[in-house]
Amino acid sequence: MTETAVDKRDAFLRINNLHVWFELRRFGFGVVGHVKAVDDVTFDLHRGEAIAIVGESGCGKSSLMKTILGLHKPVKGEVSFEGKRLSELDRKGLRWYRAHVGYVQQDPYGALPPFMTVQRILEEPLIVHGVKDRAEREARVRRVLEEVKMHPVDDFLGKFPHMLSGGQQQRVVIARAMILEPQIIVADEPVSMLDASVRVEILKLLRGLQEAHNLAVIYITHDLSTVRYFSERIFVMYAGKIVEKGRVDDLLNQPLHPYTRALLTGTSEPDARNALTYKEVPPGEPPSLVTPPPGCRYHPRCPHVIAGLCDVQAPPEFQREKDHLTACWLYKE
Amino acid sequence: MNSLSRTLRDLSQYPSAIVSLIIIVLMLVVSIGVVIAIPYKEAVRLWRGGELVWYQLPKTVPPAWTNYFRSRKLPDTIIVDTRQTPEIKSYEPSGDGRRIVIDIPIEYSYDEFPDELSLYFYTTQVTKPPFVAMRWEKPDGRDSRIADFSLQSTRQNYRFSQDPKLIQRLKGEEPQVALFAEPGSQPPVAVKGTYHLKIEILTFDADTDVDVEFLQYGKVYGLFGTDHLRRDLKVGLLWGLPVALLFGLAASLGTSILAMLIAAIGAWFGGWVDELIQRITEVNLVLPFLPILIMVGTFYSRSIFVILGVTILLSIFGGSIKSYRAIFLQVREMPYIEAARAYGASDGRIVVQYLIPRIIPLLVPALVTGIPSYVFLEASLAVLGLGDPVLPTWGKIIQDAEFNGALYKGMYYWVLEPSFLLMVTGLAFAVFGFSLDRIFNPRLRGI
Repeated sequence: MTETAVDKRDAFLRINNLHVWFELRRFGFGVVGHVKAVDDVTFDLHRGEAIAIVGESGCGKSSLMKTILGLHKPVKGEVSFEGKRLSELDRKGLRWYRAHVGYVQQDPYGALPPFMTVQRILEEPLIVHGVKDRAEREARVRRVLEEVKMHPVDDFLGKFPHMLSGGQQQRVVIARAMILEPQIIVADEPVSMLDASVRVEILKLLRGLQEAHNLAVIYITHDLSTVRYFSERIFVMYAGKIVEKGRVDDLLNQPLHPYTRALLTGTSEPDARNALTYKEVPPGEPPSLVTPPPGCRYHPRCPHVIAGLCDVQAPPEFQREKDHLTACWLYKE
Repeated sequence: MNSLSRTLRDLSQYPSAIVSLIIIVLMLVVSIGVVIAIPYKEAVRLWRGGELVWYQLPKTVPPAWTNYFRSRKLPDTIIVDTRQTPEIKSYEPSGDGRRIVIDIPIEYSYDEFPDELSLYFYTTQVTKPPFVAMRWEKPDGRDSRIADFSLQSTRQNYRFSQDPKLIQRLKGEEPQVALFAEPGSQPPVAVKGTYHLKIEILTFDADTDVDVEFLQYGKVYGLFGTDHLRRDLKVGLLWGLPVALLFGLAASLGTSILAMLIAAIGAWFGGWVDELIQRITEVNLVLPFLPILIMVGTFYSRSIFVILGVTILLSIFGGSIKSYRAIFLQVREMPYIEAARAYGASDGRIVVQYLIPRIIPLLVPALVTGIPSYVFLEASLAVLGLGDPVLPTWGKIIQDAEFNGALYKGMYYWVLEPSFLLMVTGLAFAVFGFSLDRIFNPRLRGI
């Protein structure tokens, strides 16, 4: 995709100044603090665009994703879809929104109700969204199973999730996300629980679906090595904030933020030479989200910390190149 | 349908399950048969009827089949009614009226003496009272006078043991013993053979007719024996079955399904709903169950339906709500529930379609094994004197027996029969429930 192509597409999902905080209570009474899982996140998603949100466990990427899905309510900020704010939608509006957002989960076995057959699992979203005609439902189930390459379809309709392999289960999860013909797919580490042998297949399948239906995909992962498969832009998250945004090639080839660089050094490419090299990992642990460090949240672990600046003032976003932004004082003009 | 046939196939691998299932099906068939054969009103009429319904039966006698295990055979109950056997009755003209001659043959082949001998006279009119003369003929031909009297009412009763003149003639011995005994034997020995009770009735006009019903109250009766009100225990024991099953099934079903629904709602919605349910449960758990039921029975109503309702109400918020909630809290966090929320399933749909199916494998065996405890509860209440005032139940039969000192007087059949039925019912449901548990929760199979 060229830059102009990205610009031409309209931003139909806007995340603006989003804060997702969870209350901390003591003995069930009185709020004693907040877990600031997502703190001031802003980005746009364009039609047909695939983005990746990368960060280590506990950085708030799952909370961000669940807020986009409408499962959590933000304390501040907005998610808006096609110009409509999520917080202002009524039940019917929310249902309309949910029909446009598909959700692919991490654990395919847990994501499928064990007491339902594949057919029933795939019919459920249709029933919820008022498709009353039985024949139409079955036709749509068959079509979507064809699309996720579950051949022959008849063999799978009557099966229960435990009768399927991990890869097949994940295909059913993808089929369920696709059955309402959404415009956005939110994929939460869709391959991390799968065998290495089927990961690529599942990623190719997702990529194929994305291209065939011009889907926007939000791909959430902690694993940079799978990002290349289909993302156009990468957002790197650290302790509830996005620290770097950029197009895949720019970001992977010229990482700006010290945290991105640390993440990239930690990534294993399947290369025999890697077995012998020692990898430097950033010292320390991710900060507490209840009392994040002042200033830049990465400064206690950062090797390039500027005393008197990084630990006092939170860095704004600096633009290094077009579409490549980072929140780090090192890039202050 | 598919899962039902699979369950049945799994069940067939457990012999105990087959036996218990057969017993349960049999009990259900018998219950339906009983309710059809003896409708509710008829059952209540029979059970509450007293002497008018049951005058033909002896008091507190064991079942007839106990004679097979006795060396000295106890006499059976013999009923001879001239309205049913007109051939033993003959007429002769005599003056203005006529002479009715009735010859009642009594086959006697028992070692013991009957409980009582009794006659009922049914006269068409008493304005000109007919006159009765009775003689007793022993197998060896000797005969003796019993009594002479006139009929003063259209239904007149004559009891041999209540006639002081007869007792005087028999030198103070009880008529039912002396009439059958070898003269001079001590202790009395019964003479076997055919006895004849000959009754001559003189009427004073040609239209008057008299019928006689002769009752020899034995010392055994029927399949189940009788109680202190001469009632055939068959009625009580048979009708106790549908009552027990209905009570057990309704209480168990009502309690477990409502408890599960409430637990699911509490676990799903959380917040104050859950708090409220949990606090109600905790308060209810420390309330004494039996004393409350006894209070309701004493002060409000002992109707089985009231007791059933109170039982269900008090059992809903019981320990099962806690254990169901624990499972629901776990299921609530499953990713598939999150997925359902993400595609917009409503709260009601999530509770019914996603939470509850997970608990069915636990619910069904618990429901079946819960039935006997409610059957026993009903019986315990009846034994405590809080049984339904009109319906016969097993517990009430045990209570009657206890109240009349059945075990003290050696009337074991009275206590053992309802106890045995209670035990079989409880055992069948318990064994069936355990088998279901092993099928629904395969992890238990090894244990």
